[in-house]
Amino acid sequence: MKHFQRELDKIKKMILSLGALVEQRVNRINQAIEDRDVALAKEIMHLDHEIDDMEVEIEEECLKIIALHQPVAADLRFLVAVIKINNDLERIGDQVVNIAQRVVRIAKRPVAPFNFDYSEMAAKAESMLRMSLDSLVNQDLDAAIKVLHLDDEVDKFKDEAYDRIKQAMADGVTEDVGYMINLLLISRHIERLADHATNIAEEVAYMIEGEIVRHGRLE
Amino acid sequence: MNTPAQQESQTQSEYKMSSKNLDFYYGDFKALQDVTMYFKSQEVTALIGPSGCGKSTFLRCLNRMNDLIPISRVDGEITLDGDDIYAPDVDVVMLRRKVGMVFQKPNPFPKSIFDNVAYGLWVNGIKDKTFVQERVEESLKQAAIWDEVKDRLPDTALGLSGGQQQRLCIARALAVKPEVVLMDEPASALDPIATQKIEELIHQLKETYTIIIVTHNMQQAARVSDVTAFFYIGKLIEVGDTDTIFTRPKKKQTEDYITGRFG
Repeated sequence: MKHFQRELDKIKKMILSLGALVEQRVNRINQAIEDRDVALAKEIMHLDHEIDDMEVEIEEECLKIIALHQPVAADLRFLVAVIKINNDLERIGDQVVNIAQRVVRIAKRPVAPFNFDYSEMAAKAESMLRMSLDSLVNQDLDAAIKVLHLDDEVDKFKDEAYDRIKQAMADGVTEDVGYMINLLLISRHIERLADHATNIAEEVAYMIEGEIVRHGRLE
Repeated sequence: MNTPAQQESQTQSEYKMSSKNLDFYYGDFKALQDVTMYFKSQEVTALIGPSGCGKSTFLRCLNRMNDLIPISRVDGEITLDGDDIYAPDVDVVMLRRKVGMVFQKPNPFPKSIFDNVAYGLWVNGIKDKTFVQERVEESLKQAAIWDEVKDRLPDTALGLSGGQQQRLCIARALAVKPEVVLMDEPASALDPIATQKIEELIHQLKETYTIIIVTHNMQQAARVSDVTAFFYIGKLIEVGDTDTIFTRPKKKQTEDYITGRFG
């Protein structure tokens, strides 16, 4: 039993460590968007493999425990949730890379022909990720549920970005259509990032309650 | 999963056997306390719990095997098809035909394979040779051992392997056409392949019989049963659909036991 418990504790440390790493990357890419910092964006892209490597390691550890120990009940739910959260964190890492690519593109123009202030949207998505990871650490069902509600706010920002950028393009603020498209795409990536944070919160809820609460089934 | 109260309001015919507020004493020692549970037809129920929790004692109450222990005493009710099996006019021998039992250590008679299975028929006065032969063959087939023994029926049963002996004991129990089969750790003395055969057999048998199995092996309980009941220190702590018990049990004690945190 002690051996098994040590294995579970090890996995818990690993997933929280990955969570912290991804949270840090999200924070830094948000900085890169605001500062149009190409160097930072490129650095983040180069470091993405660290996230991928950790994801693989965590998944293999989970499979090993399941094969060797045949866990049931809360232990089983924990491992299933970890495998899924693991996957969502890696996807968040991918979205961060996508955002980095947009930043590199739009920062090619030393003077921005048009700006959309992403700071609020980015901050909201970042706080959703932080809250979902906190709910995991603290096994806090209420915190997990709060995250699910915040997803709507991020969607509103996405719609706002679409409307404003579309309008600006119609108004002909610049001939550099590539610039405008890449600026718009940032909103998609942030929105996907927030979706993955929502998934993590749903998985924490499942871990705690044993009820599957996906796809807006929670009242 | 219905609560006992909800279950009680359903018609008795839904349940093959039931136990109501059962207390059991070995002398002064109260081994079972207020056990209430219901067994549906053609379902497999697994009784799990740490050593000494009363699960085997409870199993033996279901066909009054505990009567053989002089200092034992029962309070409460156990029914088969709605009738109290402890009523004074009950024919215990007939009860044990209807509610058969298979034990942990295979215990074939020191007789031929054929005689082992036919014995129950003979002592019940069935002498017709053809009938007995057909019934023996049918039982050995039901116990998934016919192919292995059909060419050596006169050979001694003691020459069979452990797994084969156990399946022979199952055939012996089935020969008298029981309605319920009780199994007390039927595979714990067997190797993994023999165990797998017994588990496969249980899956087939449940189409015809109601099966109640005591097991120490939780993975086995999870694999073979429809309903799982967790006993602890003489009490029934929790009973429910097996998949629910093993994914999200309601009681912390159940969770602690099945995840290996105690016991």
